[in-house]
Amino acid sequence: MSIKLNKMENQVSTWTNRTRKNTVQLASWTGAWVVTMAIAAFSPKFIGADSTLLFTLTILVNLVAGIGMIIANIKYIRALDEMQKKIQLEAMGIALGVGIVGGLSYSLLDTTNLIAGDAEISGLVILISLSYLTAIMVGHFRYQ
Amino acid sequence: MKNRLKVLRAERDMTQAQLADALEVSRQTMNAIEKGKFDPSLPLAFKISRFFKLAIEDIFHDEE
Repeated sequence: MSIKLNKMENQVSTWTNRTRKNTVQLASWTGAWVVTMAIAAFSPKFIGADSTLLFTLTILVNLVAGIGMIIANIKYIRALDEMQKKIQLEAMGIALGVGIVGGLSYSLLDTTNLIAGDAEISGLVILISLSYLTAIMVGHFRYQ
Repeated sequence: MKNRLKVLRAERDMTQAQLADALEVSRQTMNAIEKGKFDPSLPLAFKISRFFKLAIEDIFHDEE
């Protein structure tokens, strides 16, 4: 019994630490991507319009951070247990559906001049993010 | 699908978190399985049966 408990304690630290490490890695890469995105988006405004090399560099750094974030996300999802994966899959499916349907409707509103301004990509990103977060919360609540 | 996980866990004086960690799932997942809200996959059911040294049908039973 004590051997079993020792083995269990080892597994506790291994699995919990691995999950924690993956979550921290994903959060770090996401944070890096957001910060480099802000730098790439706002540097032309503050530095000036003739720094093409610098702007290209900030975009490349943002791209690298984005690739890192995608890899960290894959690693994070692979390490989840089967119920967590199911919740993630359903949330991603809902977010994708809402993104396509909502995004195309938003684009139609723009092309038919039913909205005053232009359809912005940021609006679509916000819509996908909110629908994904809502679906994750609903998924967790359903299995409570 | 109903199960005897709560009873088996209590017999071994284990918390939900300890069992969850031993099976490499989250405590929320263990709780959902125990309550019958989430049915485990066949590999996880085998893992549970190996852990308790019981046959799968001695732990899980269909409600039909």
